[in-house]
Amino acid sequence: MVANIERLERNWAEPGRLVTAIATVDHKKIGVRYLVTASVFFVLAGLEAVALRAQLATPNERLLSPEAYDQLFSMHGITMIFLFVTPMLSGFGNYLVPLQIGSRDMAFPRLNAFGYWVFLASGLFIYSSLVLGRAPDAGWFNYVPLSSGSHGVNIDFYGLGLIFLGISTTAGAINFIVTIFRMRAPGMSLNRIPLFCWAVLATSFSIVFAIPSLSADCLLLELSRKWGYHFFDKATGGDPLLWQHLFWIFGHPDVYIIFLPAVGIVSSIVPVFSQRRMVAYNLVALATMATGFLGFGVWVHHMFAVGLPQVTMTFFAAASMAIAIPSGIQIFAWIATIIGGTPVLRTPFLFIVGFIVVFVIGGLSGVMFAVIPFDQQVTDSYFVVAHFHYVLFGGAVFPILAGIHYWLPKISGRMFSERVGVASFWLVFVGFNLTFFPMHISGLLGMPRRVYTYPDHMGWNVLNLLSTIGGVVLACGILVIIVNILWSTRFGAAAGDDPWNANTLEWSTTSPPPHYNFATIPVVRSADPNWDRRDREEDQRRLERGELVLADGHETVATSEVDAELEHVLRMPGDSPWPLLLAIALTVFFVGLISSSNVTAWIGVAAVVIALGGWHFPWTSDEEVLA
Amino acid sequence: MLAHSGPVGTIDTLWWVMFVGSAIVFAVVVALLAVGLLRRRAIPPEQRRRPGPGTTFVVIAGVVVPTIVLVALFVLTVDALPKTSPALGTTRLAVDVVGREWFWDVSYPSNGARTANEIHIPVGVPVDIRVTSADVIHSLWVPELNRKIDVIPGQTNHVVFDARSRGVFRGQCAEFCGLQHAHMALYVVAEPKAKFDEWLARMAAPAPPPANADLERGQQVLLSSACEYCHRIAGTNATGTIGPDLTHLASRLSLAAATIPNTRGYLAGWILDPQHIKPGNRMPATNLSGPELQSLLDYLESLH
Repeated sequence: MVANIERLERNWAEPGRLVTAIATVDHKKIGVRYLVTASVFFVLAGLEAVALRAQLATPNERLLSPEAYDQLFSMHGITMIFLFVTPMLSGFGNYLVPLQIGSRDMAFPRLNAFGYWVFLASGLFIYSSLVLGRAPDAGWFNYVPLSSGSHGVNIDFYGLGLIFLGISTTAGAINFIVTIFRMRAPGMSLNRIPLFCWAVLATSFSIVFAIPSLSADCLLLELSRKWGYHFFDKATGGDPLLWQHLFWIFGHPDVYIIFLPAVGIVSSIVPVFSQRRMVAYNLVALATMATGFLGFGVWVHHMFAVGLPQVTMTFFAAASMAIAIPSGIQIFAWIATIIGGTPVLRTPFLFIVGFIVVFVIGGLSGVMFAVIPFDQQVTDSYFVVAHFHYVLFGGAVFPILAGIHYWLPKISGRMFSERVGVASFWLVFVGFNLTFFPMHISGLLGMPRRVYTYPDHMGWNVLNLLSTIGGVVLACGILVIIVNILWSTRFGAAAGDDPWNANTLEWSTTSPPPHYNFATIPVVRSADPNWDRRDREEDQRRLERGELVLADGHETVATSEVDAELEHVLRMPGDSPWPLLLAIALTVFFVGLISSSNVTAWIGVAAVVIALGGWHFPWTSDEEVLA
Repeated sequence: MLAHSGPVGTIDTLWWVMFVGSAIVFAVVVALLAVGLLRRRAIPPEQRRRPGPGTTFVVIAGVVVPTIVLVALFVLTVDALPKTSPALGTTRLAVDVVGREWFWDVSYPSNGARTANEIHIPVGVPVDIRVTSADVIHSLWVPELNRKIDVIPGQTNHVVFDARSRGVFRGQCAEFCGLQHAHMALYVVAEPKAKFDEWLARMAAPAPPPANADLERGQQVLLSSACEYCHRIAGTNATGTIGPDLTHLASRLSLAAATIPNTRGYLAGWILDPQHIKPGNRMPATNLSGPELQSLLDYLESLH
C-alpha cells in the first residue's frame, strides 16, 4: 500500500513552482485560479455598483458624469454576468466535478488550462478599456443601433471581448460534458450522479447551444462597425431587432447557465446540513435538465415591448410560465429534505436559507414578467432591476457564498471563523434586501433603469437613498467575508477530511486533496457514496490489494455513459506550456483587431497556428513521462 | 401605480392579483422552511440514507398546484391583452411621435400641428400614438396612461392613450439611448375636448409675427445665429429639423425634454450653457451679448 502511494506521489509530483505556474493542468489548481480571478472581478464590479449607488443617492447628483455613469453601469453588468458568475461557477465545476465523480482529472486537462488562460486574457482585454477610459457604454445587452452607430473603440471592446471569452466558456462546457459522461467512478450510474454535477451538465449543454448565438451576434456587430456591413439597418434590408433576438436567444438561457450550477450547490449543501438524503432526487435531476431545455423557449419575454404580434407573445408567455414549474420542484424538494432532516444552522446553510427566501421572491416577480401587459408596464424600470438582482444575486451569489464557506475547508484544509461567518451572513442578507427591495417600488412608481440621475419630487428620493445605504451594508458584508476567508487560509483550525459529515466523494479524500485526488479509484453504489461507510472501507482494502490504484502514470478510468461500467484505463496528458502560449497568441490577434492593426492581427494568426502545431506535435517527452 | 386610464386600470388589477397571490405563496414557503428549521429532532444515522417521505409532497406543491395557478394566470393574461393594446379601429385621433436623441418630436397628421416634448389629448377619446425613431431605439412610457412601447427606427409601433380624467402626466424614455437617456421626458396633457381643439388649432398656426421693434430684434438674433440650422419656427426662415420645433415654445410646460421648467431664467441659462444642464446633448453653447439675449428671450416668450 505504501509502495503504491509512493509511486502515485512520484508520478503526480509537480515540477518547480515556475513550471507549475505556467504549465499545470491540475483541475484543482485551475479551479482555484478560476475562483480567485472571478472573485477579483466580483469585487471590481461591486465597487462599480457602489459608485453607481452613490450617484443615485440623491436627485440631480453630479458625482459622476453621464459618460462615466454609462461606462460604469455597462461594465458592472458585463463583469457580473460574463467575468464573475459564469467563471466562478466554472471554478466550482473544475475543482469539484472530478472529485465528486471519483476521477483524477477532467477529460481534456490541457483544454481546461487553455480555458482558464483565455478567460484571464479576455477579462484583462475587456478591463483594459476601463483603464483607457473607453469602456463599453451601451449596457450589457448593448442594443443596436446605439451600439452599432457609435464612434470610438468602447463597443469594440464589448464585441471582440465577448467573442474572445466565448472560446473559453465553450471549451470548458465541452470538457464538462465529456468528463461527466465518461469519467465517473465505476458504479456511479446516471441516477447516482451528484446533483451539482447534473447541474453542471445541464449548464454545459446550454452553453454549447447558447454561446454561438452571442458570438454570431457580436460578429455581425463588429462586421457592421469595422467593415461597413448593414445587418441591423432597416434602410438597407437589415433589422435592429435581429440583434435583440440573437442576443436573448443567448441571454435567457444564460440566466439558467448562471442559476443552474448555483442550485446545484444548493442541492449539495441541503442534504448535508439536514443530515438526510435528498428528497425526490430523480425529479430534481429531471427538473435541472428541463430548466436548461425550456430556457431556450422563452427569450421573447425580454422583447414584449418591441411591437411583436400578440399571438407570438402569447406563446412565449406560456413557455415563460412553464419554466416556473421545475424551479418549484427544486424549492419544495429542498424544503421537504429540510423538514425530514435534522438541520444544523452553520454558515454555509445560513446562506442557503437566505437563498431560498430571496429566490422565492425573485421567482414570484419573475412569473409576473410572463404576464404580457404587466411586463410591458414594468420592463426597463427599476422593478426589473429589483427582480433580476433577486434572481441573480439571490439565486446565484447566495449559493456561491454558501459554496465558498462549504468547500473552503476542503480546498485550503482550514476552517473559517463561524462567528464571523454568521455575522457576514446577516450583513449580506440585510444589506441585499435593503438595496434591492425598494427598487420594486421605485420601478412601480415609474423610475426607468439606466438613468444617471432623476428629478426631485418624483417620490423616488427616499427609496433611492435606502438602496444606497443598503449597498454600503452589503459591501461591508462582502468585505467581512473576504477577511474571514483570507484569515482562515493562514490561521484557521485544521478542518480534517470531512468536517460536515457530507455525502459526496470529495469528502472521502484528504483536505486539500492530493494531486491524484484518490489513492484508489472509488467504487460507488449509491447517490450518497460518502455515507456508505462499508464501501469506503472497501476502497481502503482495494488500495491494500493494489486494485484500481493505477500508479503507472497520470492514469484514471473511463466508464460507460449510463451505467458507469469500467471500460478503459486512461492515460492523461501532463503539464504543458502550450495552452498558455495559444492563449497569448489569441490575445495578440484580438489586440490587433481592437487597435485596427492588420499587421498585429496577422502576427496573431501566425502565432495561433504555431501554438496549435506545438500543442499537437508528438513530443517524445510526453511518452517518456507516461512510461 | 395610479390608474388614470382603462389600460393602466387593467394592469393595476393584474398587479394586485399577482401581489396577493405571491404574498400567499411566499408566506407558505417561509412557514414550511421555518417548520423545518425550528423543529428539532434527532434522526438515527442509519435512517439518513433513506429518503424522507416527501416525493408526493414535491409533486403536489411543486407541479400540481403551480400548474393550476399558472393556467389561471395565463387566462388572465390573454384576457388582459386586448384591454391594454386595443384594436386600432377604435381610435379617433392619431398623433405621430418621433424619438430623437434626446427629445420627442410630436405632430398631429389631422392638421399638421407640430410641437415637442408635449402631447395633448382630449379626455375620454382613445388616441392612437404612432411612434418611430430617427436614430436609436427609445421607449415611450407614460406610466399613468399605458404600458410602454419601444420606439424603433424603420418601424412604426402603436400605443393607445385613453385618459379617464384631465391632468398632466409625466412620461419618460425607458430604453437606454445614450448620454442623456435620463433627461428624455415629456408631458401628456389630457384636457376637455373643447380646450384640446382650441390648442390643436393654435399649434397648427404659424408663429405670431413680431409685434414690436424689440421682438423684431429678437427674431433677427435667432435668424442670424446658429439657432435656425436646427430649429424650426413656422412662418419664418428657421426650418431646421435637428432640434425641437419652437413655433409655440412659450405655450409649453417645460424645456429640454421636461428637464427644466419653461421660465425666462431657465430659458436664458439653457441658451447660454445647455451643456451644463444636459451634458452631451446636441445643442452648442451660444455667445450672445446681454441685449441680444434679452431680445431673443422676449421673442421666444412671445411664441404662444
